[in-house]
Amino acid sequence: MKSQERTDDKGERPIAGHGMVWLFALLGTLILLFILVPLFKMVFLSNKDALWNALLDQETLNAVWLTVFAALIATGIGFLLGVPLAYLFARYEFPGKGILEGLIDLPVVVPHTAAGIALLFVFGSNFLVGRGFKLVGIQFIDSLAGIVIAMLFVSVPILITSAKESFRKVDVRLEKVARTLGASPWQVFSRVTFPLAWRSILAGSLMMWARGMSEFGAVVILAYHPSIAPILIYQRFETYGLAQAIPVAAIMIIISAFVFIGVQALLRWRGQND
Amino acid sequence: MIRIENLRVELPGFALRDINLAIDKGDYFILVGPSASGKTVLLESIAGMHKVRAGRIWLNDRDITWREPEKRQIGMVYQDSALFPHLTVAQNIAFGLIVRGRKTEQWDPQMNRLVTLLEISHLLPRKPIHLSGGEKQKVALARALVTDPAVLLLDEPLGALDPQTRENVRQEIIKIHAELGVTIIHVTHDFEEAVTMGQHIAVIGAGTIRQTGRADEVFRYPNSEFVARFTMAINIFKGMAQIIGGTNTFAVGDTRLVTGSRQEGPCWAAIRPENILLSTVLPADHGINVFPAVVAGITNKGSIIEVKVDLPPVMTCLLTRHIFDEMDLEPGRSVYLTVPPASVHLFSG
Repeated sequence: MKSQERTDDKGERPIAGHGMVWLFALLGTLILLFILVPLFKMVFLSNKDALWNALLDQETLNAVWLTVFAALIATGIGFLLGVPLAYLFARYEFPGKGILEGLIDLPVVVPHTAAGIALLFVFGSNFLVGRGFKLVGIQFIDSLAGIVIAMLFVSVPILITSAKESFRKVDVRLEKVARTLGASPWQVFSRVTFPLAWRSILAGSLMMWARGMSEFGAVVILAYHPSIAPILIYQRFETYGLAQAIPVAAIMIIISAFVFIGVQALLRWRGQND
Repeated sequence: MIRIENLRVELPGFALRDINLAIDKGDYFILVGPSASGKTVLLESIAGMHKVRAGRIWLNDRDITWREPEKRQIGMVYQDSALFPHLTVAQNIAFGLIVRGRKTEQWDPQMNRLVTLLEISHLLPRKPIHLSGGEKQKVALARALVTDPAVLLLDEPLGALDPQTRENVRQEIIKIHAELGVTIIHVTHDFEEAVTMGQHIAVIGAGTIRQTGRADEVFRYPNSEFVARFTMAINIFKGMAQIIGGTNTFAVGDTRLVTGSRQEGPCWAAIRPENILLSTVLPADHGINVFPAVVAGITNKGSIIEVKVDLPPVMTCLLTRHIFDEMDLEPGRSVYLTVPPASVHLFSG
């Protein structure tokens, strides 16, 4: 069995196979089938004509493009604001750090409709932050901005966690040596720390982007229109039934699969270069 | 040229206290101590990586206590080289030049000189992952020296190397010191390395400097039980010093040794095992400090044999294999010990 040939992080081989390994393999196969069969069936066994028609359907294309674009903006904002925070978490100790690190992950576990309500409560035009943004022409109800903040809220923990871990893996002594060699803190970050961490950060960004694209619950509270793809899937399903929902869903699964393959390729490339 | 005055550095769970050191320009200075004694923290404090709570650090009469690391003119080499893994050897070495705005990687005269001196020109296009331990250390040395630092700090530079490579890198460091005349502060936990490489040494333990001086002085005349044990004096006894009829003596139990050290009252004695002479017959010219004893234990240490003999107290002495074979020793055998008075070093604490 392949798994018996694998080694751990230190290159140690596991103890030779055993009946337990076969039982675990059987249980593992069940969960793998559970995950993979629906995805494959959707992409490969759905009606090809319907899929093609969906690709030509303007409403579908608009929804897919809006989803991709809004998630990209959310990822850009997440990168700009989240990566510096991740660096601070990875490098420095400060009061309340542990609590903050825990809180950052909270959006992952709260029901996403609840997250949408919470965002509405802050960014709605009846509230201070929302009113402030409204003064500069940005409002969050049924708008791109609303979609972006909903995606940002639920997906930025993925990027922050990934960036934090990748900064942690950069040996602090490399930064120390760079300082003694005459590099300023900015130069150390741009020439040593970031170049050593960027692949994992990019992988985290891609994961955040993919997670943002898949968001439904928080977005639906803030912006039912314009509709992003997950909302369009829901609308089609509710209005026309399964057959009409499948093509849009298949397109989103294909896009997610490509992002996922990109992440895997990046991480593998990093592995080979380490 | 480097002067450290009453330095205090506090880290979570550890502190450097009352560090005073003076290191001359061009000196090869060794900071030696057991693990977790504060050697690396002190080195990093000199390099500017820790916040100083009290005291001053002077470099060439300039107060650098609060100066940023990049403005101190101090180079650093860590035990495992800490080369930048994403850069080639050439880019690693040129790093200090590039961050100073120099465009060239290839034709800097100092870089060329170092690459030639350390014989690493063939490594320039490689990435660190493809270098051996010794090659990495040479590259780290070149990288640290390319900006012509006033002081080079070496943190256990031979620690991660196999014995053969260690000797090779040791020779390279000695060559660099001789050729470039750079002041070096070298940290190690290995006292033998300290004695063979350092002109001056400081022994550090639990965050304080325990003794400083010429390497052989510290080796022969430890000032405390800590330093005596760390320098492997092995025979360390607590007893009473007395001057009897003008002769300096030290009594441990019923055994009274004549000593070269002039001291009175309760104190410690350290006798290096290699200074004790062992014979199976009473030495012909036997005079002072000759004692009958019994072999208590024999430990084979390869080229030398450690023999424990009971006077009492139990003393340890070292024999070459050749002499050991000639003496035909075994536990329980009666022997004679001669302890030269000059080798009985007394100290107070």
